Amino acid sequence: MEKTGAEIIVECLEREGVSIVFGIPGGCNLPFFDKLYDSKIRVILTRHEQGASHMADGYARSTGKVGVCIATSGPGATNLVTGLATAHMDSIPMVAITGQVRTDAIGSDAFQEADATGCTRPVTKHNYLVKDVKDLAAVIREAFYIAKSGRPGPVHIDVPVDVQRAVTEFVYPEKISVRSYSPTIKGHAMQIKKAAEYIKNSERPLLYVGGGTILSGACEELRAFAEKMNIPVVTTLMANGALPYDHPLYMGPLGMHGKYSTNTAMQKCDLMISCGARFDDRVTGKLSSFSPHSKKIHFDIDPANIGKSVKVDVPVVGDLRSILKELIAETPKKEHKDWIHQIQAWDKEHPLSYKNNGGKDATIKPQYVIQELHRLTKGEAIVSTGVGQHQMWAMQWYPCKEPRHFLTSGGLGTMGYGFPAAIGAKLAHPKKDVICIDGDGCFQMTMTELATTVTEDVKVIVIILNNYYLGMVRQWQELFYKERFSASCLVAEGGKRTKENEPDPKLIPYIPDFKKLADAYGILGMRITKTEEVTPALEKALQSKTSVILDIVIHPGDKVFPMVPAGAGLDEIIVDMA
Amino acid sequence: MKKEQTHTLSVLVENKSGVLARVAGLFSARGFNIDSLAVGKTEDPSVSRMTIVVKGDESVLEQIEKQLNKLIDVIKICDYIATPHLERDLALIKVKANKNNRSELLQIIDIFRAKIVDVADDSLIVEVTGDEEKIAALISMVSSFGILEMSRTGIVAMARGCSILTVHS
Repeated sequence: MEKTGAEIIVECLEREGVSIVFGIPGGCNLPFFDKLYDSKIRVILTRHEQGASHMADGYARSTGKVGVCIATSGPGATNLVTGLATAHMDSIPMVAITGQVRTDAIGSDAFQEADATGCTRPVTKHNYLVKDVKDLAAVIREAFYIAKSGRPGPVHIDVPVDVQRAVTEFVYPEKISVRSYSPTIKGHAMQIKKAAEYIKNSERPLLYVGGGTILSGACEELRAFAEKMNIPVVTTLMANGALPYDHPLYMGPLGMHGKYSTNTAMQKCDLMISCGARFDDRVTGKLSSFSPHSKKIHFDIDPANIGKSVKVDVPVVGDLRSILKELIAETPKKEHKDWIHQIQAWDKEHPLSYKNNGGKDATIKPQYVIQELHRLTKGEAIVSTGVGQHQMWAMQWYPCKEPRHFLTSGGLGTMGYGFPAAIGAKLAHPKKDVICIDGDGCFQMTMTELATTVTEDVKVIVIILNNYYLGMVRQWQELFYKERFSASCLVAEGGKRTKENEPDPKLIPYIPDFKKLADAYGILGMRITKTEEVTPALEKALQSKTSVILDIVIHPGDKVFPMVPAGAGLDEIIVDMA
Repeated sequence: MKKEQTHTLSVLVENKSGVLARVAGLFSARGFNIDSLAVGKTEDPSVSRMTIVVKGDESVLEQIEKQLNKLIDVIKICDYIATPHLERDLALIKVKANKNNRSELLQIIDIFRAKIVDVADDSLIVEVTGDEEKIAALISMVSSFGILEMSRTGIVAMARGCSILTVHS
């Protein structure tokens, strides 16, 4: 049957099971949008293409399905780049489809022309410029396959407008194979046996669990393995929820703002079992002093991650789920009571904590807000974050019950990710509470999508921990730049402040007034300045029918601790400044 | 200090537009240094072969190979460091030459088994094929005559004997 390029795109998306796409039309993708008009696929019209890319990402992270975003040529395509880079760093399966100028106009500096595949090449797993409509169906099929297989990632397809209009005989490629791409799924049997031997002989083993565990759907296997061998589990930022937060073997997050106990355990263990983690610098600290006494086992689907920064003793390339299944069969039951008690004792020594000053001048503690949210939602809500202090507080104080419930830009560290990602997640999980824990700096980067929540009738709660600063920048300036707050204060001219002229939290101008902003969109807005108002406000937000902006004013002097200073070893952890 | 060595890699890639940009982009993005890169068709029209000469220690080379392998269009990689192989570079060198010194120049060219492929009143073009050492030696010999211009292909390589690098090997 003959079809146009635009019809082929829509048909292929439907056959891939895509039910929702995020994007904005423009001159060069109008044929495609015209076909979407009649399709069953739900179109979410965003207000900015960056929003579309993060929504597709939030949708993908919270479901495991491929998220799809759409933009036109030129600025439409370039606006997707941050979202694609975000997904690329965190291995999130996405397909981005952009319009391009006519094939005969490519390279002529035409209106709204950009070398889109040139822009996305370094921030995607793969990309295509489709110059012939005959290739279109196979390219889309291949793109979805590449996006979700192996180490997942975003794939970009650039389709010139004349290719969308061109007609060809449509044949859906039932099978695809890419000769130059065959990810290893099954781990090498001998290596798994060797890993099992190391594990059997270890007295102080530690499971170092990363986002790959969630991506591969290996959380059940992780749990079964950890329970059988009684091995304590520590997680990276990306793996929040890989093991339920209340599981007795779950020790908490590690790394720069992880716990004292987990970081100490990493330094003292005699065997580290890395599961889908990539030894990021925010986890390892100074490499030369990282986990110095341990043998290291590394399970990873990406061979390039093995030995990239840390030398390991037993590397196993493959899908974690498949590897753990085999490993469970290879290992006997074992206890590690003393070791687990030791980690728990370290935790008692320096637990995650914050000081509640009390008194009538007390400001709201950000940790308390998240703790209350956790209590009210039982740790079962889907939580997204921006990047910075609030993100680290969220990791520390909102340990999740389930995987795919903590959506955060870990690798790229994209400010503004949280709010659109929450919208994408809520569209996938309409019955779940979806909450974006955000900073005032981050929210202002993508709050333009408020309109999208209204028109699409999506309810998300945004909790702004508002310290009217780029908080993490301020924290570093306070600790490492002699309290010279250069361009970090969001209510000062040029962002410039010194410790002496810091404004009184009670007298600061609200720029913007987030309550009025909520009013402007007809959603619920609340400003909270007193600790006793926090819980009622959270309850009200959870019950609200519309989206909510909860503007919670905190003190800019509140810092994230513990902290391993950049470039220091994990044992140089600062538990608190006091 | 880890030992830095020069490696010659043969890389089979899909013969598609944009592949060269992917490979070049990967080297710049990851901070790897390319000494030379040559690309051309193979016996299979759907496959191109790149010969890349890079310097690095063992761990850098390991990363280069792994990162190249991650590119979807890269089919196969072979590092010739431990394999007996041939390396050839072709250079065209335009050298100043007049009636008085031309015969001296011809003798040198003859020793190197190079060819003269163009002659003009006061210059000639020498074509020389060989490994890096041979070409460097010729350049040094003719430089006293005055090199006006030079153009080189970069190294191409192939394993000696029956060892074969194809998509199916």
